[in-house]
Amino acid sequence: MSSLERADVARLAALARIDMTDDDLDRLSGQLAAIVDSVAKVAEVAGQDVPATSHPIPMSNVHRPDEVRPSLSQDAALSGAPEAEDGRFRVPQILGEEA
Amino acid sequence: MADWTRASAAQMAAAMKAGEVTSVELTQAHLDRIAAVDGDVHAFLHVDAEGALATAREVDAARAAGEELPPLAGVPIAVKDILVTKGMPTTAGSRILEGWEPPYDATVTRKIREARMPILGKTNMDEFAMGSSTEHSGYGPTRNPWDLDRIPGGSGGGSAASLAAWEAPLAIGSDTGGSIRQPASVTGTVGVKPTYGGVSRYGAIALASSLDQLGPCARTVEDAALLHEVMGGHDPMDATSLDEPVPSCVDAARQGREEDLAGVRIGVIKELSGEGYQAGVEQRFEESLELLKARGAEVVEVSCPSFEYALAAYYLILPSEASSNLAKFDSVRFGLRVEKATVERTMGATRAEGFGDEVKRRIILGTYALSAGYYDAYYGSAQKVRTLIQRDFAAAFEQADVLVSPTTPTTPFKLGERLDDPLAMYLNDVATIPANLAGIPGLSLPSGTAPEDGLPTGFQILAPAHEDARMYRIGAALEKALAEQWGGHLSAQAPELEVAQ
Repeated sequence: MSSLERADVARLAALARIDMTDDDLDRLSGQLAAIVDSVAKVAEVAGQDVPATSHPIPMSNVHRPDEVRPSLSQDAALSGAPEAEDGRFRVPQILGEEA
Repeated sequence: MADWTRASAAQMAAAMKAGEVTSVELTQAHLDRIAAVDGDVHAFLHVDAEGALATAREVDAARAAGEELPPLAGVPIAVKDILVTKGMPTTAGSRILEGWEPPYDATVTRKIREARMPILGKTNMDEFAMGSSTEHSGYGPTRNPWDLDRIPGGSGGGSAASLAAWEAPLAIGSDTGGSIRQPASVTGTVGVKPTYGGVSRYGAIALASSLDQLGPCARTVEDAALLHEVMGGHDPMDATSLDEPVPSCVDAARQGREEDLAGVRIGVIKELSGEGYQAGVEQRFEESLELLKARGAEVVEVSCPSFEYALAAYYLILPSEASSNLAKFDSVRFGLRVEKATVERTMGATRAEGFGDEVKRRIILGTYALSAGYYDAYYGSAQKVRTLIQRDFAAAFEQADVLVSPTTPTTPFKLGERLDDPLAMYLNDVATIPANLAGIPGLSLPSGTAPEDGLPTGFQILAPAHEDARMYRIGAALEKALAEQWGGHLSAQAPELEVAQ
């Protein structure tokens, strides 16, 4: 496994929608590379015969009755929104500037 | 009693029942204490004096009218800021949620209200529970009441510090890799991570959903048991909630105090000792083992060889799940918005400004671990390690009823000491993380203070899944034996804090 480079961090930050300045990249890249090198050891013991565990207490088919019950009002659901209009969340334009 | 803040929750509940004190008096005493010392400790992000006193007045009126009340009615409580509380700000320690007032209550918040416990306020934490020192809070660190220059642990440093500073008798915590037990250890208090699914996570702001578990924080094992029974139980709103009765924690604690430990097998985990463990921490651990033996327990050594890989697996699984869970902070439905020309650029700018460095590190790490080409090597391998750790526990529990270790390798370190070295910070949780990976319950109680620095040390007890009651029995037995030596609880040995005028 390759270690994490500065350019990788920039690409991942873009995927995760976190703007990063050059200073941010300088600061975080070295730390992240050290962390990745340290956690890569999991591959040493993860043999093909070992099944993966995704959930600590196995459960299956968890259902609850499909019944109408009280829920948040529209006003309550919008109460924390940075901007709302006509009972809906309002966002800046969703297409790129060149569109 | 001269100062009610020094009483246990159980004593407070009994005194209210006996008419010796009112909930208003108790609640006001804690609010006064918060006003006096929280400028230095900074355990609270928000104090709700009005709401707490309103609940207290209702409880007092109901009691005067002869109403039947729940066991902890009128006992004040502090709530970690990870739980959503209707009408009270909830930030999870992040600037991205500054000023947000949730439109609903978490299930545990609802249970606290139904138990008629006045909520004193919301406690400080590392941002989105990522950290072991509260230094990653977006609102400044909490300080350890034992030494204000030292960390109170994390992520639930605020809850633990509020107990050690006598600002609250009970608090709620959340434990993803040790965030209840590690702060308990370094502040000389008690903290419990229940079996995964034992307490509803509905309305707890998610960090890593397959690891997160809410639990009680207290100064005594019995108080933790009382709160555990308030919090626990099946909740259809959480698909991972266990559909089974709440363990009888209070009865188990009582049994531990009153009966000996004949026939109980205690397994010492070999891998959680030695290199990296401070001498005084190990000394107090050994002394606690001797006390348990003196009460009739049999002590055996067990080996969990895969624990060597637990920390690495944890720091892949947690960031992976966190990077997904934290995608919801997108400037659309709640919290901060840094407005730019398009929604995509608005998200990038908002998350850059709203998240702190540790959150950014973990989101990027998780995004990496889940990305095409790396998924199998990182996330997939980490999940296999999780299986190996569960197998280690299963084998160890064949040999012992409970497993024990020091809760943390060291006593609390100085603020700032590990802030620039994430890997050193992560080592704090080396003894607590395996329980989260396996979903089993864990309890930490004070084992004394390290002779070399006079700071608290913790003793961790782990039990098989669903067997939470066992930890309370052993914990209460050890607590009693230690209290007989000390002439009281450890928290009484903490230095007095300066009181603001």
